[in-house]
Amino acid sequence: MRSAWTICRKELKSYFASPIAWLLLAMFAVIFGYFFWTSVGYFVTISMQSQMMGRSFPMNVNEMIIRPLLMNVSVIGLFLLPMITMRLFAEEKRQGTIELLLTSPVHDWEIILGKWLAALLLYCSLLGLTALNFVFLFVYGKPDWKPVVIGYLGLILQAGALLAVGTFISTLTKNQIIAGAATFGACLLLWVFQWVGGYETAAWAKVMSYLSVVDHFEGFAKGIIDTKDAIYFVSLTFLGLFLTARSLESLRWRA
Amino acid sequence: MIKVEGLTKRYDRTVAVNNATFEVQKGQIVGFLGPNGAGKTTTMRILTCFMPPTEGSAEVAGFDVLKKPLEVKKRIGYLPESPPLYPEMEVEEYLAFVARLKGIPSPEIAERVKNASERCAISDVSKKLISKLSKGYRQRVGLAQAILHNPDVLILDEPTAGLDPKQIHETRDLIRGLAGSHTIILSTHILSEVEQTCDDVIIISKGQVVAKDSVTNLTSRLRGAEAVAVEVEARGGTLDTTAVLDKLQRVDGVAKVTHRDARDGRHMFEIESQQGKNVRADLARAVVESGWNLNELRPVALSLEEVFLELTAAEKKEVTQ
Repeated sequence: MRSAWTICRKELKSYFASPIAWLLLAMFAVIFGYFFWTSVGYFVTISMQSQMMGRSFPMNVNEMIIRPLLMNVSVIGLFLLPMITMRLFAEEKRQGTIELLLTSPVHDWEIILGKWLAALLLYCSLLGLTALNFVFLFVYGKPDWKPVVIGYLGLILQAGALLAVGTFISTLTKNQIIAGAATFGACLLLWVFQWVGGYETAAWAKVMSYLSVVDHFEGFAKGIIDTKDAIYFVSLTFLGLFLTARSLESLRWRA
Repeated sequence: MIKVEGLTKRYDRTVAVNNATFEVQKGQIVGFLGPNGAGKTTTMRILTCFMPPTEGSAEVAGFDVLKKPLEVKKRIGYLPESPPLYPEMEVEEYLAFVARLKGIPSPEIAERVKNASERCAISDVSKKLISKLSKGYRQRVGLAQAILHNPDVLILDEPTAGLDPKQIHETRDLIRGLAGSHTIILSTHILSEVEQTCDDVIIISKGQVVAKDSVTNLTSRLRGAEAVAVEVEARGGTLDTTAVLDKLQRVDGVAKVTHRDARDGRHMFEIESQQGKNVRADLARAVVESGWNLNELRPVALSLEEVFLELTAAEKKEVTQ
């Protein structure tokens, strides 16, 4: 366990020693800031209009700002997560440092867990930026905090699953770009699988839309923890990490 | 300390190591000698538990590489062909990371890192980024990484490859300094390196162990037979090469004469002598007495291929006798 933590710390240091973590933080801050600004602006305009027209149906900050924003973060994640995982193993393979890791007295799962955890922590620091924006809503309004916490939980679960898939893909190549592109493709597919459910009701369509990441996140964004969704994310995480372990083992046989 | 029996490693179609068997005693420095692609790296990777063997067994310090990989890894320090360094890290930071990875308890880490840095003479760059280091320093950081946890066995894959002569000298000194407390296996394709650093040598060719002997035995066996290159020119007119071949062949102690090439009437012959005979003086006399010009006469260093041929031929002779 100590080795997993050692590797996790080293990965985090590498992220922040290279421009990649800072670039992701900057991009995310700008994109999310823009979304936040427009949706708050829209909310304010609508509420002023409805006040002037004398209608007073309740305007809900949770439903009109927080939920759509969380959905957006979930989708932006699909684009950013591949950039986090692409280097994890591909870079070690290219540099030859994989030989150091695999000949050190550590279990393979400790290496995998450490790297995956580092990726997840980096994503959490991205989420931290979004939380700064939400603070304003709590300062100037009274949104319900529970759906926000659950939404974040969902985001972390979703990221854990996609990062596990990305970690696995990163073991397959020496080339970061290839790992990144393939992971991006996988994330995108897991997103658009949902579309099938819109018009097709056959069993295969149900399976496909069940596999879709975004569908499972929707509940969390609404502030509902559905065990079915949680199980989906957790099992996808385990599948990804399990495949990573298998892939590392086959790397030893082929090397 | 190291026991390898019937070790075989097959890739898709190629056999990288074929039925290798050898043993290394505690405290010895053993050189793996062989041309590129002979299976040196593969053997080392199996010993370090980087990859499993297809067949056969390997034991390090009494632990089997397949059954107890963690125990083996704890006792091995490994320097791969290209040192496994993270360019974005500082030297000290990198060594501390490896120390933690090797399971050294936290309070001891600083001390061990300092110690290894001093032994490998890299203390002066401990705060530098690895990406800024020269090749020689990188190699030494790689070596420091391998000795950090004071392993019983050190496995060094081409530790001097790509270094300049001064660095090679320093690295060899360093390796010799590590002997005694560690059992060392190092691979190389340079014969003189083995002569200068190792006690024993294991010669590998095409995945097979063709010879295993002490360095002193090996060099005396090799010194026995030498090759000499002779350049002969006719004194006016053209040279009768068959006559030269004939004449040289008849010199006492000559095993084989070959006509290498001719340029502007000057002809190069290569003469291999029999074991333990020095034929250079007689060759010179034979050429001059026949009325030809002797332009050049020099011993030819045996290439590694020739060493193998020589050794394998000697081996076969011993078997048939």
